[in-house]
Amino acid sequence: MPGFFESLFGKSNKTTSGSTAKERLQFILLHDRINLPPEKLEAMKAEILQVISKYVSVDDSGVDFALQNRERIPAIVANIPFTKPVEPPDPDDDLPPLGSSRKES
Amino acid sequence: MASNTGAAGASGSPKKSSTGAKVVTITSGKGGVGKTTTTANVGVALARMNQRVVLIDADIGLRNLDIVMGLENRIVYDLVDVVEGRCKLRQAMIKHKILPELYLIPAAQTRDKTAVSPADMIKIADQLRPEFDFILIDCPAGIERGFRNAVAPADEVLIVTNPEVSAVRDADRIIGLLEAEGKGPAHLVLNRAKADMIKRGEMLSPSDVTDILAIKLIGIVPEDDSVVPSSNSGTPLAMLDASRAGQAYRNIARRLMGETVPFMPLEDNSGIFKRIGRLFGGQGG
Ligand SMILES: Nc1ncnc2c1ncn2[C@@H]1O[C@H](COP(=O)(O)OP(=O)(O)O)[C@@H](O)[C@H]1O
Ligand SMILES: [Mg+2]
Repeated sequence: MPGFFESLFGKSNKTTSGSTAKERLQFILLHDRINLPPEKLEAMKAEILQVISKYVSVDDSGVDFALQNRERIPAIVANIPFTKPVEPPDPDDDLPPLGSSRKES
Repeated sequence: MASNTGAAGASGSPKKSSTGAKVVTITSGKGGVGKTTTTANVGVALARMNQRVVLIDADIGLRNLDIVMGLENRIVYDLVDVVEGRCKLRQAMIKHKILPELYLIPAAQTRDKTAVSPADMIKIADQLRPEFDFILIDCPAGIERGFRNAVAPADEVLIVTNPEVSAVRDADRIIGLLEAEGKGPAHLVLNRAKADMIKRGEMLSPSDVTDILAIKLIGIVPEDDSVVPSSNSGTPLAMLDASRAGQAYRNIARRLMGETVPFMPLEDNSGIFKRIGRLFGGQGG
């Protein structure tokens, strides 16, 4: 029974209905303030990912979008990790390394 | 007694301000949270501090400020009669039975909100401004025409809410609409707060609500069993000195007048409200 000792001291912030009310309100108001239907929100996230994937390859498993309220102004915070960079080409390879054109003459 | 009485006559309205009345609209989005109770009590409290006050019931079709004020059987003309030119503004103003500088303009009961426009409200407020210190407008629930009528002439908006999810959600919607109209920043009246429940964590606390809404408090009114009997008898609590809700309403009135009034503890033995008092004590008005 989590929160037993906390409630003993009148500090059961985690489990009380008051804190549930606050969390629910924060969620509801975030979506009220953004005023985008859920499917539009999902489409927006997918499109953001698409744009980024055009330039770099993205580690899909680590992608995280979070909605936040900052003094009544909603914000979307994205964490989009790239996949590990490819190993630089072996200098012994037949192909000239990138950026080597300078040294050619 | 020639010149002296002349001077006394000229100072017959000594509180006349050069800028005219402040128009304060009391709104909420959700119904039943305490707009009418707040309008009546803050109006009475201001009048008891010798302010010249007129209350306007903008809830056309569902009037009840007259009942809470105990003035329902003195109504001859109403707001819609003024708008439609059936009477002069003065004729629709009902004088309070006890407080000589408190008036009510009642809503029409048999019409709907479209009988009045925002421009009508601005015109009426402008006519009243030179003669009063405060014009309080009791807004109907909702965000439609009645809301737009009530906020159109506002210099200041009080948003009444209860410590409940749905009421706070509606308050947020109202804050957004007011911001869009350039009517902010509004102030919050948290009504029906229960100290014991807040202490047990079973009710949103004043700081929870202000955190979420990001607006300043102008009053915390406790749940008070004497509110209903006072409405029953048509004597707003702020007429009496004893009740805690009445005290809270008088504090709101003082803050509206620009005084800095510390927030009172809702319950004498409850540390939580003393903390809140310190938190918000400096933000009055
Ligand atoms: N602080 C309070 N304590 C107890 N009852 C209250 C309090 N404030 C309002 N009420 C009651 O709640 C009901 C709704 O109040 P009212 O002022 O008519 O709300 P609104 O105008 O927002 O619809 C009324 O019955 C009123 O007496
Ligand atoms: Mg009402």
